[in-house]
Parts: sequence; C-alpha cells; structure tokens
Amino acid sequence: MFSYYLRLAWISITRHWGLSLLMICAIGLGIGTAMTTVTVNYLMSANPIPEKSQQLYYVQLDSWDVNDPFDDGLNPPDQLTYTDSSNLMRAKKAFRQNVQAQAFGVIEPADPEMLPLIVNGRANSADFFTMFNVPFIYGGGWSNQSDESKEFVVVLSKETNDKLFGGKNSVGQSIKLEGNMFRIVGVIDHWQPKPRFYDITTGAFNESEDIFVPFHLIADEKISRSGNTNCWKPTGDGFKAFLASECIWTQFWVELKTQQDKEDYLQFLNAYVQEQQQFGRFQRPIDNRLSNVMQWLESQEVVADDAQMMMAMSFMFLLVCLLNTVGLLLAKFLGKAPEIGLRQALGASKKTLFSQYIIESACIGILGGILGLILAYLGLKGVEGLYGDYMKDLATLDINMAILAVTLALLSTILAGLYPTWRACNIQPAQQLKSQ
Amino acid sequence: MLETGLILRALARNKIGALLIALQIALTMAIMVNAIFMIQDRQQQMQRESGIDEANTFYLTNTIFGQNYNIQAHLQTDLHMIRNTPGVIDAVQINAVPLSSSGWSMALQHESGEDKDAVGSAIYMVDDHGINALGLTLIAGNNFKQGDVEIRKDGQSTWPAKTIITQAFAENLYPDNWQSAIGKTVYISQTQPMQIIGIVKTLQAPWNGWDGVERSMLVPFQRESKGSYYFIRTEAGRRDELMPIIEKALAQSDKERIIRRVTTTEDTRNRSYQQHNATNKILTTVVVTLTLITGFGIVGLAIFSINRRTKQIGTRRALGATKGQIMRYFMMENFIISTFGNIIGCIGAIGLNMWLVNTFNLSPIGIELIAFGVIALFIVGQIAVLYPARKAALIAPATATRTI
Repeated sequence: MFSYYLRLAWISITRHWGLSLLMICAIGLGIGTAMTTVTVNYLMSANPIPEKSQQLYYVQLDSWDVNDPFDDGLNPPDQLTYTDSSNLMRAKKAFRQNVQAQAFGVIEPADPEMLPLIVNGRANSADFFTMFNVPFIYGGGWSNQSDESKEFVVVLSKETNDKLFGGKNSVGQSIKLEGNMFRIVGVIDHWQPKPRFYDITTGAFNESEDIFVPFHLIADEKISRSGNTNCWKPTGDGFKAFLASECIWTQFWVELKTQQDKEDYLQFLNAYVQEQQQFGRFQRPIDNRLSNVMQWLESQEVVADDAQMMMAMSFMFLLVCLLNTVGLLLAKFLGKAPEIGLRQALGASKKTLFSQYIIESACIGILGGILGLILAYLGLKGVEGLYGDYMKDLATLDINMAILAVTLALLSTILAGLYPTWRACNIQPAQQLKSQ
Repeated sequence: MLETGLILRALARNKIGALLIALQIALTMAIMVNAIFMIQDRQQQMQRESGIDEANTFYLTNTIFGQNYNIQAHLQTDLHMIRNTPGVIDAVQINAVPLSSSGWSMALQHESGEDKDAVGSAIYMVDDHGINALGLTLIAGNNFKQGDVEIRKDGQSTWPAKTIITQAFAENLYPDNWQSAIGKTVYISQTQPMQIIGIVKTLQAPWNGWDGVERSMLVPFQRESKGSYYFIRTEAGRRDELMPIIEKALAQSDKERIIRRVTTTEDTRNRSYQQHNATNKILTTVVVTLTLITGFGIVGLAIFSINRRTKQIGTRRALGATKGQIMRYFMMENFIISTFGNIIGCIGAIGLNMWLVNTFNLSPIGIELIAFGVIALFIVGQIAVLYPARKAALIAPATATRTI
C-alpha cells in the first residue's frame, strides 16, 4: 500500500508541478536558512573539550577598584594580576594548575637563507599540555622541574615545525628565539579547539599559537607578552613595577577531580583573598569564582550576538515558509475534493485517505529537506566567504546537522500537512458527487 | 464600496486560507522591518569617518629582534628616509592604527586624585608630524612643536605635558563650549597634568564597537620599543606604487628587524567592518527571499482560489460584470487580507523589536520604517495578485454554461 501511495503522491506532485515546486522551494529555503544559522550557533557553542570540561576550572578573583567595580559589579575581572596568579601557582593547591598569557617573539632560523619568523606564542606552565589534552606528534610538554629551574624550553606547533624543520622530528634540537637558544621538547599535532576556550580574552575563535614557552620567561623579560592588559591603578616605572601592579593580564586554570576538590579549592581562594585584604588589597566584597569550561564560555558570551539574532530571524523565516506550505497544501487538497469524494464513495476509509495525503506531504518535506541541505551547504560557504577567518571551521556541515535538517523538514511539513489533510478527509462525498 | 461586503462574506467562507496569507504577511512584515532597521544601523556605523586620509595612507609593522640595537638612531634614519622618498607626503611612528581593533586607552579627568570621574580615550603616540601624516584637520589650537616630543621607554609611567584631542572628546569634557578646551589642564593616570593645546576634527579609536570610538588623543611621544608601526601618507594615487618601494627600502636597510603587515588603511577599514558587511548581506538576502516567498505564496493561493471559482466568475461575467470589475474584486480581496496582515504585522514588528532591544541592546525602531513596511507589503500583495486577477478576468462568460 505504501508504494502505491508513494506513486499516487508522485503523480499528484508532478501534475501540479508549479505548485509543488513552490512548496519544495519554500521548505528548502526555510530549512536551508535555519540550518545555516543553527550550524553556526551549534559550532560556536560546542564543547571544545567534552572529556574534561567538568574538571577544568577558570579562576576569577575580584581585585578591582572598590569605587568603580569591574563590569559594573556583575562579574569579577576576567583575568588575574601577576601577583595573584604567581601566588596561586606557588600554593599548588589543585591537582593541576596553569598560569598563562599571550606572548610573541622572533625566531632566527639557523639556516642563513631563511628569513626570520615572527611567531605568536603562549607562555604557560608545564601542566598546560596535560590539562588541555594537547596532542603531540613528537616528544611532549616540559616538566614542572623545567619550570622551576627556569629552563629555556619550547614546544612547537605542527605548522611551525613544518616551516623550520620540514616536518621532521626536531625534539632535542634548539632554536634561536628572541636572541636566546631554546631546546625543543615537543611538537604538537594540529590543534585548534573551537572555541579556543583556554584563552577567550584574545578572541574565542583565534588560531592557536605557533610556539609554547614557560610562563616565567615573561617575568625574566626573555620573551615579550601581548594580549589584553587592564589597569585601574597607576603603575610605577619599569617592568618590575608593572609585574607588582594591580593590572590584570594573566589567566589561571586549575584541574579539580571532584566536587569536593572544587569546594576545597574555593575555600582556599577565599582564605587567600582574606589574607591579601590584610595588605590593603581586595577591598571589594569577596567574589571568587570557579567556572568550568562551559560555564566560562557562557559567561563570556562566546556565541556572537549576530549569530543568535540571525538564528531567531531564520526560525521566523522558516515559520513563514511553513505557513506558505500549509496554505498551498490546503488549496491543493481542497482542489482535489471531487476526487476525494469519489474515492470515499468507492469505499476508501478516512484512515487510508489520511495516510495517502500525509505521505504526499512527507514526500514534499523530504524533497524540501534535500534542497534545504544543499542550500545550507551553499549558505555556509557563503557565510565563510563573507565573514572570512572569523568563521573558518565554524561553517561546516556535519552528519548530525544533515540528519537534523532532513528530520526538521520532514516533521515540519507533516505538521504543516496535518490541517489540510484533515480538511480533505472531512469532505462530504455526496456533495462532491452531486456537482459532477 | 459595494463589493467590500461581498468580499468579506466570501472570505468568511474560507477563513483559514485568508488567515494563512494574513499571518504570512504579518511575519514577513515583522522580519522585514527589523532586518532593514538593523541594516541601516550598521550602515550608519560604517559611514562614520575615521578622520584620516584613508585613500592615501598605509602602514607597516617594524619588529626588532637584533640584540644591542640602537632603536633611537634607527628610528630617526627610517623616518628621514621615508619622509624623503618622492611621493610621500609625511610619515610617523605610531603605537596603534585607527579601526585596527588593537590599541591603547587611558582615562582623563578634570581634577587630580583618586576616585574622580574620568573619561576614557584612545591614545595615539606621534611626533609633530602626526597630524600631517594621518591627514587630520586641526580645527583649534596648535600642533606639537619638535621640542614637545619626548622619548618613551617601554614600561614608562610618566606622560608628556601636552596633548591634542578630538572635537568629540572636547565636547565630552567641556559640554558647554568645546572650544574652551584649548589651554585647559586635564589629568592622566589620575594625577599627571596635561595641557590641551589643540583640537582635531575627527580621529576614531581603534575599536569600532566602542561607544567612545570618537574619543581619541594625540600624545607627543616617540617610542623606544622593539615593536611599532610606521604610518605613511602619500600623494593622491601613489600609495600602491610606493608600498613595495618603502617596504623593500626598510627591509634592506638593516637585517635585524622584520617589516611585516604592509596594509592600506582602506583594507583595515574593510576588515574592521567585515562582520557588519557580512551580516548586512545576509540580512538583505533574507529580506529579499522572504518577500519573494510571500509574493509567490499569494500568487499560488490566488490561482487556486480562482480555479475553484471559475464557474462563479464565469457566471458573474455572464450576468454583466466587466473584466475590470472581476480584476478589482481580486485586488480588493488581497487588499483586505493585506490590511489585516499588516495590522498584526505592526504589532509583531514592534514586539520583535522590543525583544531585540532587550536581548541585544539594539535601539528602538522608528515609526517611518514601519510605515514603509506597510506600504511595501501592500504593493507586493497587489503586484502578486495582478497575474492571477488578470487570469480571472479572462475567464469567458460562456464558462458559466459548461460543467467541468
């Protein structure tokens, strides 16, 4: 029976091809637009490290001006002072901890033929690599020992290693960075978490770094720092004074295994702030926060306003397309009233008529869904082209989205077809037959 | 009109069909009006002038990696070389570029001391060539003199004694009379006095989304730093020709630094507003397709309702109705449905706008835009129904006598 209904649906769709095409196009456009914006939102709000996102916590302390709170007092500052992150690092109260900041430098290749290279870097602690499950091709991260004994070690990205060493294993070799020789301890595989959760302050969708070096090198002025710096109190002259200032420019992550560990760590933070208050710092009410990865991304509003707004718009657009389909299906099914009357008179039950017309709606839905998928693919290409680097890797259609698109098309068309079908099934056969 | 009652009665018999079109029109209206509003808002932002001579300027980064490098001496040689290149109007070392989205900001206050009200401003560190190299218009006071320019070391916390600010900043500091800012002393870094010696017309901050984007100040500093920008202004039309020449000259003059990111100010503007541009294009596409879909929906439904009523129309024609009357009937029918849809649409548009205002800090929509939406949708409806109505008018009176 099913294949018979399918054939009937096909005949009906092709007979009124103009109308059918209009419906398929409407559904395709609606689904296409909706899927484009849903995909962008979905990828922007994706969990970049699902296996550990519950155990990684971003630390915030309210060290800001008592008279002019950060973010109007809604949230504590988004970074820590050098003083605080160094103190927390030294305390080593968490299972793992990482202090970090953005850095940059110039690499002078050993080969005199090669031009010097400006690299974006991250200055971080040894735990960075294990905390964030950074994948290595060669070697690994440096040890806590290396941090303590202030060694000149460096981890290269795959791309930097390709450039400098043609992709060969470079572990053990040295590179000249900012005039100093650094020993290469590891090369990481291509690693681009989206969003780049470990540092939102310099752009949640920026590329990951070319090199990674120990954090203390910044304080020793062996490498230059970059990234955001925010100050509320004037600082003294020179770099030492800057390090001791109330300027925030470091980020601090901890890894805590259990809920109990988290509570313990929060207590430790509160005790730390109380201790600092005795030195005249932290004059605002205590507002220490530990946010896990997803909480942190949410509080920093990583999903762009534009993306959310367009998603809302595109769903309204889809609604218009569905209303359109309801109207057209209604017109079409009611146009078939004489045929329906005849079939009923010949003994077709309401149930069989119902399944027949629902199948016809579903066919239109599937065709619309397929068209929608194609349009979503083109739409995402367009979005990527228009937004450039910002949307790179955020505009790709995965299998989940493809299934969602067709399902959404199918369900919404069936839903749109329900009322017209119901109306069609309630046609009085006698009246229809009379007029013939 | 006599027909109106007739149409209303006919519509009442096909409530759902009419309601569907009305709802479609309403939603289209709500989306269209708000989308156009957002497009206009972005366009206005993009049209603000940066104040610099965008067409004839470019910049590059100079990153020094050599050890024991005499930064000061090289800076003077570089600037001398660039300024004397034929075709170059002027050049300056600067710490940030307008609209480039990275830069420095500081707050200025009227009184010295902690806990005083302060106004944030972008900081551009330039020498006495700054105004000419950027192509700014000095509208009051004077430019810096050579003797005003100080050398700034990295990490230095003291500021020079003079500054030039933008008109918008002066208006913010002295709301009663911005011109009175000349000669006044303001405080930077809470306690350090600075005298305002000049006012430039416009100079935007590096951040286009900042609400203080028009507030900037020039500070007479030359930086002794390992990383800086050189900002260069050329004679009209010679920018593209001079870019590679200057890049090459700088790169070859010494090997202990890297010249990168040779970029025109126009490119910087485009990149700065890339998201705005992209969003606008997408919104425009949405508005156009949406209107088309609604239009075609009206066509489709009208054709169907006419097909169903072929016999009635034929009968009316046979009873003496003119072609014009038949056409008018369908146009009128659409007008009534559109009116209904537009009324709901106005409410929907305002509702959607209120949601956008609350969620995304948009400003409220203007009444004239809603009026535009209403008129636009009436026109779309009438155009869409034109073809089906003509088809209806062409139904022969003889149809009445035939059975289908």
